[in-house]
Amino acid sequence: MTAPIEVSGSETEAQPDAVLAGVDRKAIQGRSLGQIAWLRLKRDKVAIGGGIVVMLLILMAVVGPFLVGDPNQPHNDLIDPMLSRPKTGIMHSGISSHHWLGVDLPAGRDMLSRIVNGAKYSLIISFLATILAVVLGVFFGVVAGYFGGWVDTLIARTMDIFLAFPLLLFAIALVGVFPDSAFGLSGNGLRVAFLIFVIGFFSWPYIGRIIRGQTLSLREREFVDAARSMGARAPYILFRELLPNLWAPILVYATLMIPTNIIFEASLSFLGVGIKAPTPSWGGMLNEAKEVYEVAPHFMFFPGMAIFITVLAFNLFGDGLRDALDPRSSR
Amino acid sequence: MKRSAFRGSAALAAVGVTAALALSACGGGDENGGGDGAFDQASNAIVNASDKKGGTLNLLRTGDFDSTDPGNMYYATAWNFSRLYARPLLTFKSVAGQGNLDIVPDLATGLGQASPDQKTWTYKLRTGVKFADGTPVTAKDVKYAVARSNYSPEVMEKGPVYFRQYLENPNGYKGPYKDPNLDNFKGVTTPDDQTVVFHLAKPFAEFDYLATIPQTAPVPKAADTGDKGGVNYAKSVVSTGPYKIDKYEPGKSISLSKNPNWDTSDPNRKQLVDKIEVQLGVAADEVDNRQMDGSAHIDVQGNGVNAAARSKILSDPELKKNADNPKSGFLWYTAISRQVAPFDNVECRKAVQYAVDKTAYQAAYGGTTGGDIASTVMPPSLKAYQKFNLYETPGDKGDVAKAKEHLKACGKPDGFSTSISYRTERPKEKAAAESVKASLEKVGIKVDIKNYPEDGYTGGVVGDPKFVKKNNLGLMVYGWAADFPSGFGFLQQITDPGALKGTGSSNISHIDLPEIAKMFQDVPAIKDEAGRNKVYQEIDKKVMEDASIIPMLYAKNLYYRNPKVSNVFINYGYSGMYDYANLGLK
Repeated sequence: MTAPIEVSGSETEAQPDAVLAGVDRKAIQGRSLGQIAWLRLKRDKVAIGGGIVVMLLILMAVVGPFLVGDPNQPHNDLIDPMLSRPKTGIMHSGISSHHWLGVDLPAGRDMLSRIVNGAKYSLIISFLATILAVVLGVFFGVVAGYFGGWVDTLIARTMDIFLAFPLLLFAIALVGVFPDSAFGLSGNGLRVAFLIFVIGFFSWPYIGRIIRGQTLSLREREFVDAARSMGARAPYILFRELLPNLWAPILVYATLMIPTNIIFEASLSFLGVGIKAPTPSWGGMLNEAKEVYEVAPHFMFFPGMAIFITVLAFNLFGDGLRDALDPRSSR
Repeated sequence: MKRSAFRGSAALAAVGVTAALALSACGGGDENGGGDGAFDQASNAIVNASDKKGGTLNLLRTGDFDSTDPGNMYYATAWNFSRLYARPLLTFKSVAGQGNLDIVPDLATGLGQASPDQKTWTYKLRTGVKFADGTPVTAKDVKYAVARSNYSPEVMEKGPVYFRQYLENPNGYKGPYKDPNLDNFKGVTTPDDQTVVFHLAKPFAEFDYLATIPQTAPVPKAADTGDKGGVNYAKSVVSTGPYKIDKYEPGKSISLSKNPNWDTSDPNRKQLVDKIEVQLGVAADEVDNRQMDGSAHIDVQGNGVNAAARSKILSDPELKKNADNPKSGFLWYTAISRQVAPFDNVECRKAVQYAVDKTAYQAAYGGTTGGDIASTVMPPSLKAYQKFNLYETPGDKGDVAKAKEHLKACGKPDGFSTSISYRTERPKEKAAAESVKASLEKVGIKVDIKNYPEDGYTGGVVGDPKFVKKNNLGLMVYGWAADFPSGFGFLQQITDPGALKGTGSSNISHIDLPEIAKMFQDVPAIKDEAGRNKVYQEIDKKVMEDASIIPMLYAKNLYYRNPKVSNVFINYGYSGMYDYANLGLK
């Protein structure tokens, strides 16, 4: 039997009570699997590029809002009152030394500021929604995979139902009946919580299925049998034996889920059920731009590019991470 | 009346303004290298006046008409279009500019003869008017048309029901589909074949406006039965106008051809082209582009061109000279709820009146071609309009100092928090709400923007006092146009305390001043128009003093006219869109 390939960096945790003490991988390889993965990842220039862009995006979302101006400050004087488009700039975009990405329509708000502030909400929502989905997905996936039987049937069928749900329509309908304030939250705080809930709650089955499959194969392994024979109870096996061996797929699929959720958040904002006006969001900006894209192409171009670059960076990084952590997959 | 906001009608600019526009428009046209038209020419003149006959007129629009049945339509564009094949008792005069707000006889020989108490209105029909099948039109056909369109809500659900509202109905007549015996319908009597008498339950001096509604166009009872009757009458309307509907495929197309039995002495219409083809359900940008490239003639959607075409037209003199920018009769405004604290205090309402930047609101509605800055409730397109401005600010951009003064007087020197609502489906209203928020935050008023679906906005959101209070909707983005271009038609629904009943009222500011209620009660009995207009001006001033409506824009639309089309002019009787009943081809 070869070393359990799913094991990643947290090696010591993965080997409690010296259950696997006989398996001496260090003697063979001299490096931890985490180190191997990191070496592989470092060699993948595309993934590193994606990772750097992701870091920059996160930096932009965290620090950016303090550096750019108020995203809701109108500059009506920059808009031609008859032609209703920015007076100056390349292709009437309003691009100038004050407004690097031009201004929007019809109020003349700074596009750079709106994109930077939009990144904040886009990333917060997609990160937290992903965490929610991962927590739910891993919990139910592990439980279903480990226990099998009727528990598995129940959870697996529930996942099927969730996956078959017309999600976008459901979200639109739900936001329509959503009150202005609930759970001690109101306004945008409530909307953000709502979006996190909707996106996270409906995407957990994707990761749940994968974890369930992995658990199904893991639970037949010797170290699980060993733990069980030593009297370990189910919770212990689930969280101390199985979970540490699942970190790799969890990390990979979480990374790949973030861009999906960014697009989902943008879609909801585009359809008018996202963040409330006038708070900027990339999807909301695209929605505003669709009325005037022929007059002011920059209004659609920049938020579109923001979504494109973010999603691409996360995907490239996620793909690289998968390749690095899972040598079985073809590169 | 609840669907009044759906259609608009307008009147015309005050004489001075109109004349000035006409002069500048003509001048501009010459500078643009001559050609046949000038920018905004059709707003005040007939473009390409001609009697040349022949050809096929290609009309198009993005949607479909709410119906082609004259008894079952509400949109202004449908009322306008219906005159091609339906003659109501009265109609708006087919002349260019100011004059077309005048009501003139159509099927009738003259305007209504009112009894001294304004409760009985008598119309005499022209002789020799025939249906397309050759049978003569009688007074009974008019009575039947009114009965079917107003008393059968289960069948005719789209049109307004003014007649049901004003006519007496002592025995609870239920409409001809349930009660075929027209003698039971006492609201209208027909002493002979040429006379129609309307019996009102209460005086209404402006009844002639109701007689212009296509619901008074005659309908032969025999044609409105069985499979072809009821809602299906829309496909087989029996024409009295210059054209008849040959084929109507809902959502796709309408084909019209000349009506051989049209009464050629009709002064309000022309029969120039041989055929009229209407293409329905065309993509919005395609509608604009096809007019500009010449492959279609006139858009009969009646909302004007889209943003892309607007920019193209306004920046190209060759296109601009074929465009018109008339007032539509709509008022875009933000209502202030008098019920929501602290707006129950007039000083807080006044603070907002001074704080708003109306030019930003204008930008939200497409800039200067989207509307003129407003200061009164009644738009200048009404005869009753009188100019005044109680809350003047420099350049209409808002006055922070004055706003703060009033905030102090209101006891809120540091501002307060409130909400503004808009209709989700309307991006312009969203931008408008954002502009109000930006203006008010300059004086310390925090504004939360809330959006609600268009469907049910008046019924269950801004028109529901409880909902407004519960959601703290101090400000509400709204728009209004009258069903008929009089001060009463415009003001009554949005400012009359009497229009406040439960939910669904368009008096969304919740104006409940007894003196305004009294004026609305008395005005319908005033016989002369000038006297009534004085009252309307009084009401307008009272509302503005009460500061519960912030008039933002007198709406304007930008239309493109294919230069090949003749006899093009704006008809202010139908929301300031092109008159569809007189078009020909050069």
